[in-house]
Formats: sequence, structure tokens, C-alpha cells
Amino acid sequence: MKMTSAYEPWSEARGDEIISEHATLDGATLVILHALQEAFGYVPEPAIPMVASALNLSRAEVHGVFTFYHDFRKQPAGRHVIKLCRAEACQAAGGDALAARAEAKLGIAIGDTTRDERVTLEPIYCLGLCATAPSAMLDSRLIGRLDEARIDALIAEAQR
Amino acid sequence: MKMRVFVPRDAGALAVGADDVAAAMKQAAHARGLDITIIRNGSRGLYWLEPMVEVATVKGRVAYGPVSPADVPSVFDAMASNGSHPLRLGLADEIPWLKRQTRLTFTRCGVIDPRSLEDYRAYGGYRGLARALSLAPEAILADVTASGLRGRGGAGFPTGIKWKTVADAQADRKYIVCNADEGDSGTFADRMIMEGDPFVLIEGMTIAAVTVGATKGYIYIRSEYPHAVVAMNAAISAARRAGYLGERIGNCSHCFDLEVRVGAGAYVCGEETSLLESLEGRRGIVRAKPPLPAHKGLFGKPTVINNVLSFAAIPFILAEGAKAYADFGMGRSRGTMPIQLAGNVRYGGLFETAFGITLGELVDDVGGGTFTGRPVRAVQVGGPLGAYFPRALFDTPFDYEAFATRDGLIGHGGIVVFDDSVDMAKQARFAMEFCAIESCGKCTPCRIGSTRGVETIDKIRRGERVADNVALVEDLCNTMKFGSLCALGGFTPYPVMSALKHFREDFGPAPMRVEAAE
Repeated sequence: MKMTSAYEPWSEARGDEIISEHATLDGATLVILHALQEAFGYVPEPAIPMVASALNLSRAEVHGVFTFYHDFRKQPAGRHVIKLCRAEACQAAGGDALAARAEAKLGIAIGDTTRDERVTLEPIYCLGLCATAPSAMLDSRLIGRLDEARIDALIAEAQR
Repeated sequence: MKMRVFVPRDAGALAVGADDVAAAMKQAAHARGLDITIIRNGSRGLYWLEPMVEVATVKGRVAYGPVSPADVPSVFDAMASNGSHPLRLGLADEIPWLKRQTRLTFTRCGVIDPRSLEDYRAYGGYRGLARALSLAPEAILADVTASGLRGRGGAGFPTGIKWKTVADAQADRKYIVCNADEGDSGTFADRMIMEGDPFVLIEGMTIAAVTVGATKGYIYIRSEYPHAVVAMNAAISAARRAGYLGERIGNCSHCFDLEVRVGAGAYVCGEETSLLESLEGRRGIVRAKPPLPAHKGLFGKPTVINNVLSFAAIPFILAEGAKAYADFGMGRSRGTMPIQLAGNVRYGGLFETAFGITLGELVDDVGGGTFTGRPVRAVQVGGPLGAYFPRALFDTPFDYEAFATRDGLIGHGGIVVFDDSVDMAKQARFAMEFCAIESCGKCTPCRIGSTRGVETIDKIRRGERVADNVALVEDLCNTMKFGSLCALGGFTPYPVMSALKHFREDFGPAPMRVEAAE
């Protein structure tokens, strides 16, 4: 069964449109990269020289920005993304064991995507939910006070 | 009378089901044929009680919590009849954990509707700006300086001096930048303000702009805080519509406008010069200082860059006077600090209080120890770059200098509590690992030292030449501390060294025994 994506397929015309929309802002690079990723689910490689040309920068500079930040993807993520907080407050609340459980359940390591491309499991360093730790994010939804039952339910939901 | 019910929209409340509770409330009202108004307030910061739902009564707001969607029908009936309920907490303002605080910065957070400028004004908002607009910049600077306010992001630099430097600088453009890249684990005060009382940040930044003569401001919010981004953008639009941003603010000659920019998952961008680079659209590589941002900051122009909590403290200082703020605190730490209790803690949340309270009071008394019920073994204060404190140092008062004397820092005011199951060698390793992941790469001791640190701690944990490798880690920490431009490389030694110093027993076999075996 072919899964439908929440994102648009890459098109140069659409990319150009997004870039021109923000190109006049001061220091627009990050704004544009965010907008591209929001539309396509990742930052397609052909967009990099287009951003460079629109902002009068070198390709190397834009590539450098793109690779510096953890958020930007060079390929689409799985259909659902689970981000597990791996920072100290969640560690203190038992986050390490839950992360190991998630890896085992999904059969992948943190940072990877399942072979059926349904679920990407990523680390995140703090969601600011440190008083309701451990915490996670499934796509755009926040989940606090994680325990074994909640993480299992979260994974089951992502796999559907 | 129409029932007014408050269900927080704070991310911390959403993470434990506040949206479902709000939907269930609406449904319960509908089923009973009652008309209610649901106000999505911020959080009051009592996170073990979230979702904490309140109802307005003639005597004040009565709170219930923690409320699950299944509890809603019975809670609703208790609210409607003012009857008893196991989750009923009484008047929100009278909850002891809240009542013993001194809320100057957080006075409105969790109380007002964060989308309503009218609510903000009704609770004293924009009185600080009104007074600032009636004063000369020198008089505002005198107030900010006399308040003793120091940068709440962690560095503790006097805010008045920073602002004066920018005010004195000559330039065709000046900027106000808010550092909302709250990346420290165990901290969430910036997020709470942006989601729960965003206008106070806008007002604080506007007062800064009026003081130094800036016309444009940016709020750099981390991408991990999507709800804060939405809340700030909504508040900026509302302030613009009401004439509090844009041209001729408050019918005066000042022009000032604000824009939100979103980070992209780089912890180092919480460092001010790295943040400025990022705002300019570049890699978040730390800049050498001097020049200070106050002289050459954003786009090379004089720039005030402050943390959310620093700006958010300003409206109170202007409205109530510097003395009202400076009367709180101890030594050179004046005013209040919004302290965040996090991790394995029973009563976690936001506790704003005057400087001077001890670490032990905060952890044991306010925090109630751990939620696992096991003994507290260590607390990390000040985020991933802060020191681990053992119980023996719980008499340390919460104060910039007192923490520095004990080789620690208060940072952004986060306290992460660990119970006795913690492996401190593992925590020390994580500090190095985190530094390796997040290093911007400019300084060699940080870029490479952090990786070597992970490897060396791994050797110690395996029991390989423990004494030699501990000495190596100490030497490495020294190099990182003095050979890095910013706090990432410079302060990663704090958690590592404090773990080694106070929890030596966790690092491989005891040195005496190793020597005897050799």
C-alpha cells in the first residue's frame, strides 16, 4: 500500500516561490530553510543553489548553514516522527530505560527510520517539559509523564 | 451567571492532556445545557497538579487538579454547585506552594488569558512602559541599574550597564534581541512566560528600545518550543493592532517593531554571539569578544541582547520602582529568581522567590524530595553546564556568588533532582557527550576535547588505569575551561569536575584499591 505524504513533492517552481517569499528578510537563510522543510518535509538538494543565488551567497555558505543545524533534513523522515527527550531532567526521571525500550520495540536505534518508513525515532535535547518528565513529541503533539505503558501506546500509534 | 473555566494551554499542561480536558469540559457543559466560557490560560507552574483547572467564583478562583478527561463530569458538577471533590484544591491563590512564592515576574502567568491585551492591562500591564515614556533615557537607566537586575540567562551581567553601553553608542540603527533559546535541561521559565504572559516580554523589550533608541527587535525562539512561537506571534499582532508596537508607540515619537525568528536545534545558539550569527542567517559559530554585542552586535550594530526573564523583570521595575525590586534578595543578587524544579522531583514546577533561599530548602522542602520516593543523591543546578551538588552542599544559598564560591553556577535557575540510583560517572560522560554533539567547532578544546573526554571517562568506567585517566580528565577539563571562547566548552568541566569531586566512588574502583592491585 502506498502511503500518502503530508508534504508536497519537490518542484523547482514551488521551491522558487517559497524562496522569493522570504528572500527580502534580513538574514533570511534559516527562515527559508525552515519554510522549504515545512513544505517538502526535507530540504531538497537542488534547493541549496537556488537559495544561494537568491541571497547572493555561495553554495558552500548555504550548505554550511544547512548542515550546521540539527533540525534540517536532507531526506524525508518517516511518516511519523517520535522525538524522545534525552537530556538530564528526563534521564533523572527514567528516560534512559524508556529510550532503550522504544529502540527495542521499533527495532531501530535512535536516529534511524524503520524499514517500512513509518516511524523515525530521534533524540531531542529538552522540550522544556522538565517538571513532567520524561517527555516526548509525536509529530507535533507533546507527551509528558511517560512510562512503559505510555511509550508503548505512542509507538503503536505511530506504527498505525 | 455564565461559568468561567480556566484550562491551561501551557505546553507542560498540554503534554499531560489539557486539550482533552478542555474538550471534555465543553462536552460536560453541553450535556447539562449550561453555557460556559473556557479561557486557555498559561500555567501557574504547579506541574504535579497539571492539568489544573480553575473556575471563577465570587470568592476567587477555585482550582482542581490534576484533572483527567474521565474526572471532568464530576469536577464539572462540583464546580457548578461549589461542592466538594477529591481533586478540589481550594482557592488557587491560597495553595501554600504558590502562596509562599514572591511572584514579581510571574505575577500574571497562569492568571490571565495570554491572548488578551485587555486582560494584560487589567492586571497592571503596560504601566511600566507608560512610566518609561514619561522619563528621559538616563532616568530609566538609573532605575534599571538601581534595581540590581543581572542577566537571568546565566551570566549574571548587570542589565543596567549593558543597556547604558548601547544607549551611549552612536549608530544609525540599534537592535533589541531576546534570547529565547532556552536549551538548558531543567529549565522552562522562558517558555512559561512566552506561553502564559507574552505581553510582559514585549513590554520589557519595548522599554529597552525606548531607553537605548532601538527601532527593531527580534525574539529568537528555539524550534523545540512551537507553542511559544505561536503565542508570541499572536501577542505581537495584538500589540501592533493596539498601537503598542509599530510607529509612534503609545502615541509618542518612538518606533519599535518585533519579529520572531525560530532556531533550528542548535544548543550553542543560546550563547549570545552564536545566536546573533544564527539570526544573521549563518552557522551558529561563536564570535570572539570584544567587540561586545553592545558595540557591534546584530548586523554589526549596537545591540541589547538579554534573556526572556531579564526583559520580563523590567516592567515591574519601571512600574513599581527600582527599590521595590532591589529590596528582595541577598548580597549582589537582587530581586527574585524564577527557579525551576525538575527531573525526579515530587513537586516540580516554577518557584519564584527572592535570592537567598538555600538549595536544601528548594529541593527537600519546596520540591518534596523525589517522586520515586528514594533519597536525593545529587542535583544539577544551572543546566548541562552546571555543577552537580551533593547533599553536603545543600546549605548553599541561591545566589550568584555563593554558587561560584562552591564551584557551581545558578545559570538560568534550573534544578534537576536525581535519586540514589544515579550513576555519576555516566552523568559526567553525558556532559562531555552533549558538548561533543553541540560544539560549534570553533575552539579545539571544546570540539575535540569533548570527544576525548567521553573516551577517557569510558576507560575509567571500565576500570582501566583509573587514577591516571582521572588525572587526564582533570587536565582536559582545565584546558577546556581556559581554552574555549564560550560557556559550552568553558563550563562543561563544571558537571564533570563536580561529579568527580563529590561522587568519586562512582568512577571505577577506588584509587587505593587500584594501586594495591597494581
